[in-house]
Amino acid sequence: MSLQPDFLKLLLGRLTLEDIPYHEPILIGTFIGVSLGALGVLGALTWFRLWGPLWRDWITSIDHKKIGVMYIVLGLIMLLRGFGDAILMRLQQAISFGDAAGFLPPHHYDQLFSVHGVIMIFFVAMPFVTGLMNFVVPLQIGARDVAFPFLNNFSFWMTAGGAILVMISLFVGEFARTGWLAYPPLSGIAASPDVGVDYYIWSLQVAGVGTMLSGVNLIATIVKMRAPGMTMMKMPIFTWTALCTNALIVVAFPVLTAVLALLSMDRYLGTHFFTNDMGGNAMMYVNLIWVWGHPEVYILILPVFGVFSEVVATFCGKRLFGYASMVYATVVITILSYLVWLHHFFTMGSGASVNSFFGITTMVISIPTGAKVFNWLFTMYRGRIRFELPMLWTMGFMVTFVIGGMTGVLLAVPPADFVLHNSLFLIAHFHNVIIGGVVFGAMAGITYWFPKAFGYRLDPFWGRCSFWFWLVGFYFAFMPLYVLGLMGVTRRLSHFDDPSLQIWFQLAAVGAGLVALGIVSMIIQFVVSFLRRDALRDTTGDPWDGRTLEWSTSSPPPAYNFAFTPVVHENDAWTDMKRRGYVRPVEGFIPIHMPKNTAAGFVLAMLSTVCGFALVWQMWPLAALSFAALIAGTIFHTFNYNRDFHIPAADVDRVERARTQLLTSHV
Amino acid sequence: MSEIATSIPAGSSGAPQFHLSTEHHPENGTLLGFWLYLMSDCFIFACLFACYGVLGRSYAGGPTGAELFELPTVAVNTALLLLSSITYGFAILEMQRGRKTPVLAWLALTGVLGVSFVGIELTEFGHLIAEGAGPQRSAFLSSFFTLVGTHGLHVSFGIVWLLTLMVQVGRLGLTEANRRRLLCLSMFWHFLDVVWIGVFTFVYLMGVLP
Amino acid sequence: MACLRSDRSSTPKARFHSALLARLGLIGATLALAGCNTVLMHPSGDVALQQGQLIVVSTILMLLIIVPVIVLTFVFAWRYRQSNREADYQPDWDHSIQLELVIWAAPLLIIIALGAITWISTHTLDPYRPLQRLDANRSFSPSAKPLTIEVVALDWKWLFLYPDQGIAVVNDLAAPVDMPIEFRITAETVMNSFFIPALAGQIYAMPGMETQLHAVINHAGDYRGFSANYSGAGFSQMHFQFHGLSAGDFEQWVQSVKASGGSLDRTGYLALQKPSVSEPIHRYGAVEAGLYQAILNRCVAVGTPCMHDMMSMNPSTVTTGMRQDTAAPMAMAPDATVMPAPGTHPHRD
Repeated sequence: MSLQPDFLKLLLGRLTLEDIPYHEPILIGTFIGVSLGALGVLGALTWFRLWGPLWRDWITSIDHKKIGVMYIVLGLIMLLRGFGDAILMRLQQAISFGDAAGFLPPHHYDQLFSVHGVIMIFFVAMPFVTGLMNFVVPLQIGARDVAFPFLNNFSFWMTAGGAILVMISLFVGEFARTGWLAYPPLSGIAASPDVGVDYYIWSLQVAGVGTMLSGVNLIATIVKMRAPGMTMMKMPIFTWTALCTNALIVVAFPVLTAVLALLSMDRYLGTHFFTNDMGGNAMMYVNLIWVWGHPEVYILILPVFGVFSEVVATFCGKRLFGYASMVYATVVITILSYLVWLHHFFTMGSGASVNSFFGITTMVISIPTGAKVFNWLFTMYRGRIRFELPMLWTMGFMVTFVIGGMTGVLLAVPPADFVLHNSLFLIAHFHNVIIGGVVFGAMAGITYWFPKAFGYRLDPFWGRCSFWFWLVGFYFAFMPLYVLGLMGVTRRLSHFDDPSLQIWFQLAAVGAGLVALGIVSMIIQFVVSFLRRDALRDTTGDPWDGRTLEWSTSSPPPAYNFAFTPVVHENDAWTDMKRRGYVRPVEGFIPIHMPKNTAAGFVLAMLSTVCGFALVWQMWPLAALSFAALIAGTIFHTFNYNRDFHIPAADVDRVERARTQLLTSHV
Repeated sequence: MSEIATSIPAGSSGAPQFHLSTEHHPENGTLLGFWLYLMSDCFIFACLFACYGVLGRSYAGGPTGAELFELPTVAVNTALLLLSSITYGFAILEMQRGRKTPVLAWLALTGVLGVSFVGIELTEFGHLIAEGAGPQRSAFLSSFFTLVGTHGLHVSFGIVWLLTLMVQVGRLGLTEANRRRLLCLSMFWHFLDVVWIGVFTFVYLMGVLP
Repeated sequence: MACLRSDRSSTPKARFHSALLARLGLIGATLALAGCNTVLMHPSGDVALQQGQLIVVSTILMLLIIVPVIVLTFVFAWRYRQSNREADYQPDWDHSIQLELVIWAAPLLIIIALGAITWISTHTLDPYRPLQRLDANRSFSPSAKPLTIEVVALDWKWLFLYPDQGIAVVNDLAAPVDMPIEFRITAETVMNSFFIPALAGQIYAMPGMETQLHAVINHAGDYRGFSANYSGAGFSQMHFQFHGLSAGDFEQWVQSVKASGGSLDRTGYLALQKPSVSEPIHRYGAVEAGLYQAILNRCVAVGTPCMHDMMSMNPSTVTTGMRQDTAAPMAMAPDATVMPAPGTHPHRD
């Protein structure tokens, strides 16, 4: 009988009933809301008999288009969570002055700012850019899919698995209270003995593997699978930025894997990499995490630079100015982004020569970035500009991002950084470039390629509402933070004593409220567009008079993308085809070789997630079992040699015939 | 380019060919993809080497490399691993000649050498831990065990992969897919060799120097 | 709200005017209001003053690029809008060598200027560099002795030790006006950042390592100091007052600390460093000899080996030169981690 509690402890590790936060009203409320929502979704799926299609057409799909859409859906869902965290923080900071303690004690608040950063970077921004690259790149290069379609599916589910772990931490246990980068010694086992940092480590390790493999996948795709005639310097500019981004991923993410593994060894095995004693050196962690961290922000921004290049050229009806220059600028940025990491910790005492070197390299990066901005401007010059939604987002980006870039170069001057580091000025700067850059770019990209993915455009009215709320909301939310930084206010505070600061925080909270309206408008936009989809239908496949190959396909494209592999002669291949009398072939179709769907990616990723969860709670039997199942499952999967099939010519003929009919009936 | 047929639609003479009429087979990307993964693995090792570089002299008053390392054992281990690369090379040569049984034989030999390497390494680790020089003793030992241990883990995974491939080649023969897999494992195995050369140079040889 | 009007009436021109006005208004208001109460622009210490001036100079240099870019964005957007048929439309014009030269050269020139400023100012304002001047008009002889203050970041309070005066204070700090201060900074448990915005820039406080900050306060007054690196549950309350005092007032302050009686010894320190939030001010008239070195070497508890003793136990760690040979490029400031013999300056450059 005395074996029973021990056995339970072995199974459950350090998980106890106390780890369910049933005495925290905010979390209980959230849980009820989430559960109701989830029940609603599950109920709808059952009512509309969508489980089969969900499994067959989406979960097990290796189609890059479906996977791209799933990434963006993941990003949008996690945006709601991450933004909810932001609203809570803004509210707390707006009211917690003097004797008023606010409604979030440090124990809760400190998790909020940590999880907000982790979610926004890893589970919103990364999925957005990965989703866009996944969807667009094979279409732009005239390929049928990526180089490793199964791996692509696995990569997505690993990212989703990491997100699942972070979401679980809300209701089972708690998240890290260390900031989004979890510096030791604070994140070491002595200062953070609870599960929070372990959730952080394992969710990022699981998601990181997915991202890494995605990087390998897209590089191989771009290098090996371009349509005949598409030399490197005839690739669309978005594909160039995707190539450079994925090169950065392959080179940067291993560092994250390594450093998190070392931190987990300190925590689980008692090693001394980053401890205060026995020879450990916490500065090593800071260096390694930023060796990853700086390329990471370029991984986020380069794809959206590509989006803006495509959008500007299309909506100005003009070739992108300085294509070669843009390519060189992108490559230079890629290389330089690996030489600036120390600017994140000028204040760690590295000495003047080291600090100056990194400050100067940081400034040098602004030169190719500035060149890009000028090239977009001169694409607009002597163009004929149509202010569709993607172009609006681009305009918002061009003004907002350069302000953020300016404050970044300012922070790159080490003595200036000594008074601005870790202040709200820094917070304002990076939100300036991430919202003005990555978010606006993701919105532009989603709006631009939505018709291609779903066959109808997004409703312009609600899109404009979303844009204006986001733009004005951003300025209200973050300009006050620049002021607060100049007033000497540091970040991550949950309580203030100086009443003169309060007005600025209240302004910022208003801004957050406006952004909330922007997000609501975006959701309404999706719903309204779906309901009005017939009126917004894209029948030609080319709603914007596009310039690159993806616009030559139907909207949405067939599973095989192109009935015949395109042959490319010039840059802006689709514009070239339209100008030179391209006639779409309507007969002579051949069977098409395609990869099969598979459940293996989903299963292996979920096993990884379970393993991560088990490691968090030190449920050793479950961890060992799931890890063994993972290895066994992988080996089992390699015994499956039967991974592709041919789409019969008759099926291709049928699909193409339907498209021909659509095109002719809408002329 | 020979795939481009001259099926220009009638009536639009002069318009260039914008599509291929026959099936297009893009070059297989598996070897490139695996190489890219291997380079990322190289970066993981680079981080571990960097850690060892920074922390490798932080003995915290505990034992040093000079006191702990047994170079003769390391020499034997190195020989085993380098030999296993040679045997794998022979396996590839036999693969290119299309001879399945010699391939399996050389793979088996490689596996035996690999298992011996890991076995000796585990014994070495066991001795160190028994002497009180485990990874928890100092930052030097943490980084030593992690760097050398990560390499050993990679070799172990390589052995599992090798066994799997032996079964697959045994069953299905030297198919196109199996040849690609053998080449990937080849890259992996030789890569581990190169890393080991780094390990025994920077860790063991330099570690016993004052 | 622009989106409440129908699409047709929200012409590009109207949109841009409203957007332009909104943005200019907000920026203008920000700048105007920024004049008041921004300690970074109106500090009281010479080092902070120079740093604030750097911010202004750098901003102006960059506005030389940023303002034209923003203006051009609006101008081009308006002029080349689709409905303006009078504007030139050249859909294939995508290349101009002269323009590219300007596009790359203009930012390059600005960055060269900024880079030179960076190199010079980073060396001049290096926190490890002893002060050469009291302010813009008065220099300070480097051979004269500064006031030494040892700083220890604890959970979640600050301990300040004055080795020359033999006193220590928790959560309260004072220094005479116009006397250079040499801070020697460490921490007990986790990374913090020692920051008094009115005085000088910040620098990390790290366990087992010592960083330095040289600064001078030029005006009497009470200034806010705090940790600028998140360190746990009590972080929001980890602030203190820094008093700039005339020479006479400072002497009085020192005497009042001595008079308060308390003595800080190893046992007292071990009790003090236990985690606590909103710790009240403590004053210690006497400090056990060698306490700061013990804190720095993490051997306050009797029987714990000191770090520099442990390191010198292994003959191979005798010289810092060896460290630098084996240190990978990412190892920063190895000297900062080496426990120096008292009196030596660990700083390189």
